Amino acid sequence: MPKYNIQVNGKNQEVDVAEDTPLLWVLRDSLHLVGTKYGCGIAQCGACTVHLDGAAVRSCMFPVSAIGTGKITTIEGLSEKGDHPLQVAWNEVDVPQCGYCQSGQIMTAAALLAENPKPTMNQIVDTMHGNICRCGAYHRIREAVKLASTKI
Amino acid sequence: MSTVNKSRRDFLKLTSLTGGGLLLGFSWFSAEAKAPIVAAAPEAAATLGFNSYLSIAPDGLITILSPNPELGQNIMTSFPMIVAEELDADWTKVKVLQAPLDTKAFERQVTGGSGAVPHSWKLLRNAGATARAMLMGAAAARWTVPVEELTTSDGFVIHAKTSKKAGYGELAEEASKLPVPKEVKWKDRKDFKLIGKEIKNVANHDIVTGAPLFGLDFYREGMLQAMIQRPPAFGMKIKSVDAEAAKAMPGIINVVTFKNNVAVVGKSTWEIIKARRVLKVEYEKDGNIESTDDHNTLFKSLLDTGTPTVRRKDGDVETAFKNAAKVIRSEYQCPFLSHSPMEPQNFFAHVREDGAELIGPTQVPGAARSDAAKLLGIPEDKITVQITRLGGGFGRRLKTDYSNEAVELSSILKAPVKVSWTREDDMTGGSYRPAVRYRFEAALDASGNMIGYKCRGVGINSGNPTRENNFPAAAVENLLIESVEHRSPITTGAWRAPITNFLAFAEQSFLDEVAEASGKDPIQFRLDLLQKVKTTPVGTVGYSPDRMIAVTNLAVEKSKWGVKKPGVSQGFSVYFSHRSYVAQVAEVVMKNNKPSVTKVWAACDCGEVVNLSGARQQVMGGIVDGMGHAMFSKLTFKEGEPQEKNFDTYRLIRMREIPEVETYFVDNGIDPTGLGEPALPPTGGAIANAIYKATGKRVKSQPFLDDPVFTAKAAPLRAAPKKVVPPKKTKLPPSSLKKSKVQ
Ligand code: FES
Ligand code: FES
Repeated sequence: MPKYNIQVNGKNQEVDVAEDTPLLWVLRDSLHLVGTKYGCGIAQCGACTVHLDGAAVRSCMFPVSAIGTGKITTIEGLSEKGDHPLQVAWNEVDVPQCGYCQSGQIMTAAALLAENPKPTMNQIVDTMHGNICRCGAYHRIREAVKLASTKI
Repeated sequence: MSTVNKSRRDFLKLTSLTGGGLLLGFSWFSAEAKAPIVAAAPEAAATLGFNSYLSIAPDGLITILSPNPELGQNIMTSFPMIVAEELDADWTKVKVLQAPLDTKAFERQVTGGSGAVPHSWKLLRNAGATARAMLMGAAAARWTVPVEELTTSDGFVIHAKTSKKAGYGELAEEASKLPVPKEVKWKDRKDFKLIGKEIKNVANHDIVTGAPLFGLDFYREGMLQAMIQRPPAFGMKIKSVDAEAAKAMPGIINVVTFKNNVAVVGKSTWEIIKARRVLKVEYEKDGNIESTDDHNTLFKSLLDTGTPTVRRKDGDVETAFKNAAKVIRSEYQCPFLSHSPMEPQNFFAHVREDGAELIGPTQVPGAARSDAAKLLGIPEDKITVQITRLGGGFGRRLKTDYSNEAVELSSILKAPVKVSWTREDDMTGGSYRPAVRYRFEAALDASGNMIGYKCRGVGINSGNPTRENNFPAAAVENLLIESVEHRSPITTGAWRAPITNFLAFAEQSFLDEVAEASGKDPIQFRLDLLQKVKTTPVGTVGYSPDRMIAVTNLAVEKSKWGVKKPGVSQGFSVYFSHRSYVAQVAEVVMKNNKPSVTKVWAACDCGEVVNLSGARQQVMGGIVDGMGHAMFSKLTFKEGEPQEKNFDTYRLIRMREIPEVETYFVDNGIDPTGLGEPALPPTGGAIANAIYKATGKRVKSQPFLDDPVFTAKAAPLRAAPKKVVPPKKTKLPPSSLKKSKVQ
């Protein structure tokens, strides 16, 4: 099996996996970074969202061989102490229900705010529309993104 | 105030200190005497898993074990809040840990039926109040003052006269040596500091930082991983398995066939997924092979020819219908639904010579254990179950199929193994919300009074698809509720707000039909019936008409029911389920010939609201869930095979589609009733009734947007039918509606 050197949350990691292995399973099985979730495996739900060079990607359909020198950030690496404005807002607004979708929601929102720190509510909703929350925490998700955008 | 009796043996006292450990602890629920516990630290106690307790450390840190599975209903926050309230603790010093299964220490370690808080309300209050009384006793002894002169606040006992103050941490050891009081006082609800307030989910930090909380996140050095191929269609079984190619795939350790399962075992998920693709399994017929089209035909014939079970019969229905001036008849149908919790099924099992260890997301840890004991032929006390956080449940995890598989596989492999399901496995693997069709009939007399009511439900593996004692039962002289069951190989189970998640839509739509036929405002029509239940009830009354009237009036008031807004149509629905009452008004506007739900008002009576933040979440989530499935979702079958296998074809509601939601709670101080489910059932009916007003089209099957009227590029639907008169103000019962809490 080929070996890949990938950079995750600022650390170089060597993994020995097949080239078509989705980044999601590299993170979860090889690196034990399980904050990135599996929800559908077909890029429909957003639970597996991570950043590749700052852009939101769905790791369930992103093969390890396509990463190259790209820098990966997962929920575990979004902030050192869990105090990214979105993480703070998520608690402030008390967003999580079961919580399973939330790391993907936060990573999607973080990529949006990095690109557009002051999005309108419509821009927030259009971006977050791609992430499913089966518990239906959508009201608070959009409110928390809005709140975080005022703190950035 | 109330007093309770507690026998001494209900309590455990922790008299030993090891490494600055526990001082005072007692069981919440236990009726069994146990030896004093020695524990080094709360964490150690929790991982040892020996008892339910509340402990107070010397530094004042209070640890509370939460026994029930947490799946998003926020039980891990609301249970400890109740204890901390009566303890008068400083909430910032409370730490909550998930307890493992322990049937000796806990009662009802189940998540389902919106029953946890109602069941435990008094027990939890006693736990807190007893500890508080003992801490006050310790302070009284220390300061030699009468206990009556003491007060508590935020984790301190205070003697105002002498300005003495001591933290719970410093008093805990002395307190633990006192006799356990026989009677304790509860706080007056006006003094609540936590209950009824917005308290944040205790797991927020772990969730937003991606901590390994969920079953799928569980990993242990040396464990194997597995995925199972199950028959692709209901009514099929394995004929032959050729696993050679799969076994030869990289990373695959074994391929094991048991029952109708072919398990591919390896070390990493992706290798297993790839190997499973090259498995060659032939299947053969093993029962009825059914398609959605067959069900549609079947429904219609069984409504006429099926042998019904009579669920309730009042008066003389036949005569009422014979004498009726008008008869209204209508049928409603709902499809199968997948639960699709966001975290697909998974379970870890390690079956050893001397017992077994189970770890995973389950709503029923007790059932998981008893099933495992049966499968393995060993006593239950040789099996431990640890409950991980559940990435949703919605009833799916009331089933034990997925923990049983892990147990069987581990016992075959003689190794620890985690079995994970893909989304496709989850969606096609069974246990669905049953499909049901109802026929309703109402008989009206010449003045438009409903003198007869009939409901017959035909369900596919639905059990009883009616709620025979629910409204309008008790409001109609002549009533007949019946059900017909069709047994199918397609497996079904409880789905959030079982039965009522669809029945409420059907019934609340039909009541609007009847109201229209009788020339009444739909809300006034219901209020008149409820008035009759109050004055001259017929037969068993399974609900409180006063509480139903109160939420109805609150929804009317908040939504400004009847006030016209151009282009906007309102629909109403009210439902009683899981001991709670919820009325909703939905607002619909038509966009491109499709209904769009813009707003929902919810008026809820769930008794005492424990956590206002969590309660609003449950209501908003319930509405989004109820609306999403009513509008968009269905699971269909072709020759026994589910046609929707993942979120590309199985449609769930997304952010752009959600309505604004306003939530109100009746503040009546009644002991808490359920809230995880009751906000869901009324939503479909409120929306359907609004769609009717907007379009003149009565949607009679779900999902609504599948109705040809909305799928075809048709000419705009006609506008709302007749004008309705707003309801008269009904006098509220004295206990209800002192004030309402506004979202
Ligand atoms: S798991 Fe990747 S989008 Fe759903
Ligand atoms: S919080 Fe449960 S899926 Fe989003």
